[in-house]
Amino acid sequence: MSASAPEPLPGARVSASTSASGSAPGAFAHARRVLRDNPVTLVGFVLLALLLVVAVGGEALAPYDPLASSDAVLQAPSFAHWFGTDALGRDVFSRVLVATRLDLSIAVAAVSIACVVGSALGAVAGYFPGALESVIDRLLDTIMAFPLFVLAMGIVAALGNTVENIVYATAVINVPFYARVVRAEVRIRRDAAFARAARLAGNPEWRVLLVHLLPNALPPLTVQVSLNLGWAVLNAAGLSFIGLGVRPPTPEWGIMVAEGANYIVSGEWWLAMFPGAALMLAVFTFNLMGDGLRDIVDPAKRT
Amino acid sequence: MSPTPPPSLLRVRDLAVSFRTRDADVEAVRGVDFELAPGETLGIVGESGSGKSVSVQAMMRILDAGGHISCGEILYSGIDLRRAAERDLRDLRGRELAMVFQDPRGALNPIRTVGRQIGDVLRLHARATRTTARAAAMRALEAVRIQDPGRVLDAYPFELSGGMCQRVVIALALACDPRVLIADEPTTGLDVTTQRAVMDLIAGLIRERGMGAILITHDLALAAGYCDRIVVMHDGRIVERGTPAELFGRPREPYTRRLVAATLRPGVSLEQLLPEVRPARRTVADPDPDPDPDPDPDPDPDPDSKPGSAPVDGASVEPLLSARSISLSFDTPTGQVHAVRDVSFEIERGRSLGLVGESGSGKSTTAAIVARLQDPDTGTLHFEGVDLTAVPARRFARHALRPRIQMVFQDSGDSLNPRHRARHSIAEPLERLTRLGRRERRDRVHALAESVGLPGSLLERFPHQLSGGQRARVNIARAIALDPALLVLDEPTAALDVSIQAVVLNLIADLRAERELACLFVTHDLEVVRLMCDDVLVMRAGELVERGTVHQVLEAPAHEYTRLLMAARPVPPPVAVVAGPSGPFGK
Repeated sequence: MSASAPEPLPGARVSASTSASGSAPGAFAHARRVLRDNPVTLVGFVLLALLLVVAVGGEALAPYDPLASSDAVLQAPSFAHWFGTDALGRDVFSRVLVATRLDLSIAVAAVSIACVVGSALGAVAGYFPGALESVIDRLLDTIMAFPLFVLAMGIVAALGNTVENIVYATAVINVPFYARVVRAEVRIRRDAAFARAARLAGNPEWRVLLVHLLPNALPPLTVQVSLNLGWAVLNAAGLSFIGLGVRPPTPEWGIMVAEGANYIVSGEWWLAMFPGAALMLAVFTFNLMGDGLRDIVDPAKRT
Repeated sequence: MSPTPPPSLLRVRDLAVSFRTRDADVEAVRGVDFELAPGETLGIVGESGSGKSVSVQAMMRILDAGGHISCGEILYSGIDLRRAAERDLRDLRGRELAMVFQDPRGALNPIRTVGRQIGDVLRLHARATRTTARAAAMRALEAVRIQDPGRVLDAYPFELSGGMCQRVVIALALACDPRVLIADEPTTGLDVTTQRAVMDLIAGLIRERGMGAILITHDLALAAGYCDRIVVMHDGRIVERGTPAELFGRPREPYTRRLVAATLRPGVSLEQLLPEVRPARRTVADPDPDPDPDPDPDPDPDPDSKPGSAPVDGASVEPLLSARSISLSFDTPTGQVHAVRDVSFEIERGRSLGLVGESGSGKSTTAAIVARLQDPDTGTLHFEGVDLTAVPARRFARHALRPRIQMVFQDSGDSLNPRHRARHSIAEPLERLTRLGRRERRDRVHALAESVGLPGSLLERFPHQLSGGQRARVNIARAIALDPALLVLDEPTAALDVSIQAVVLNLIADLRAERELACLFVTHDLEVVRLMCDDVLVMRAGELVERGTVHQVLEAPAHEYTRLLMAARPVPPPVAVVAGPSGPFGK
């Protein structure tokens, strides 16, 4: 609408139109508005805060030592043991709490690596068409051609059964998603007028890519990161579930579900149920944040 | 004009449309009244955001989600369309009331052939059966005078040119013999010669079939050429209505006057485009180490004079830029395309060269080559005697002459980085290519903003928070930040409303007068060239077909293509009173 307003003459004193919304709102105010308008995202953020507190608190918050066994084996949930106890008499609640740190760390580390490596590959492929692009494309296609979980299994099996290797395996299978998002975003803006203007302003090619084009890929990238975190948590737990990566007695959601699965038939449901619920909550949290997070990092959503 | 108005075909009374937004309902259109008689063409003219499209979308009940008619009635042959059931409306749309949209390619389904799409519509309205659909579609294409209907019938939309697509869309709209044709910006985005052909076609078909038609456009001159009556809309209201001759001859409302004044027409001067009479050419307000600080002494009485065309003394000095047999071709799946073919020209210091052509003529590619954003295949560019082509475009960002050649882009929404505030966009060239400190840079950005008439408070805004005219100013400020000697302007006003175009053209002229800037002004519009340039080049299909001074070329075009371009431009009816130095329209 404002485009139809009569333009002031060049050089004429303009005061009326400037007061309309003075200076642009700051990033913080913008984030607050996005959260107010997206209650779902707010729920996501609250849950994330909860997860982070638990992850940082870890042992300090747990009522029992997660590794200490006792005589009270396979107890149903009670006031003393909220989530019951397992076959060795360890407190399931304490174990679920303590496992949060490890599971989140694996996911965050894996996604960070995937995001950085994937974005770099995608940016190069999107900006410099030609031989390099073809090489990167084929590389990504190769990764995508495998069933991803099987590929991750293979990587961990080949590299060795350690937590670091779970991180690398999870990172590798996620790289193509970031690369594709960033490549598309860079490609559509490579010849945009603002990119050409940046070249006129004296930016060498790498700066145009890094300073002008890459940040514009941020909004879709954050959605990808958020969804991916949930997925990575699931993937890490999945690897542990089948016996790769984290080894008992370390508390980890995937192992706990795997151990508890044997007892479901005999009626001890709490062993698998509570770590499974924790896993679900983590995935749910990251999925809820996605859209709101995108709106926060996108200045075009500011009014 | 007729003494007894014929019974109306369509009547809109007191229409109001609201849109639901985050905070409240916003009224986009209110109190819109008009009627359409059979055989009549009504123009609805207004700038962006005036509510012209929304009014018609409301009429057809095809408003976007969140929009609703809050008041009024729409009578078509005794039915109130506002209250009609969706099922009845579906029947009316297409069969009785047909629409043609802007962006014909978007209006056609890309994965179905033209023949099938026309056939679908015909069968939907029971005008054809499965067996007769093809023949009927063929007739529909013949009706819009497509040369080779058999070929077009089997073509996919992406295989056709923009003009051809629009003909197909018109064929689709007219296939069921509607009684009312509504055309919403039917030729925006088409070349001027294609625009002429499409509009002539529509006008001829309307006459032939005695349909009523509504033409929605931002172009007052175009509406004047093809409409019997025009309503002018502004800010969701109808501000004035009348015949084209009345509107141009005796505009009553200030807004209409402004719009009429800003409409480009032969013989008008730059200053006359503006609603208010300005004092002599503006001088720099702040102290500036300008060699000649005295204001332009003689307000030139000749209306044909172009600002900034101050004659340069010393005729034998070498040209600022000389391009020698520039050629560039691209490889496409269908073969090599010669975007630019053996183009040579010179730009002298302080002069303005217009580069005119239609889409695909290679004019923008030429501009990109001159701005050193693109390398030519062959040919050389010399700037102040230095061979620019010696350094490839990819590495030219670091060249010592980079600050001397800058460019203003068309504002199609992507000319400014969406993540950078206006201040950042303007400061960027200073940051990269000068040694100014942070404070000096900030002062310089403010001075630049002032010289392009951008209020300082807007510097903190992101591009989407600025209007089209304001973005154009930021764009220009960025381009002149380094005090270039040559400014390449690629359709700087093509995406702007006419009144804003008038202001921006004046701004560019002001800046040229102040700074002795040479320009390469790329445009599709010969009237813009007349106003802004000293010399002109006409390009077609990558080749220069005509060159000369603006006066020569526009008064006596030698090449047939130039004549075609000139004839295709709609010429508005005479404006009775032109605001002179003491015209009646000054506020």
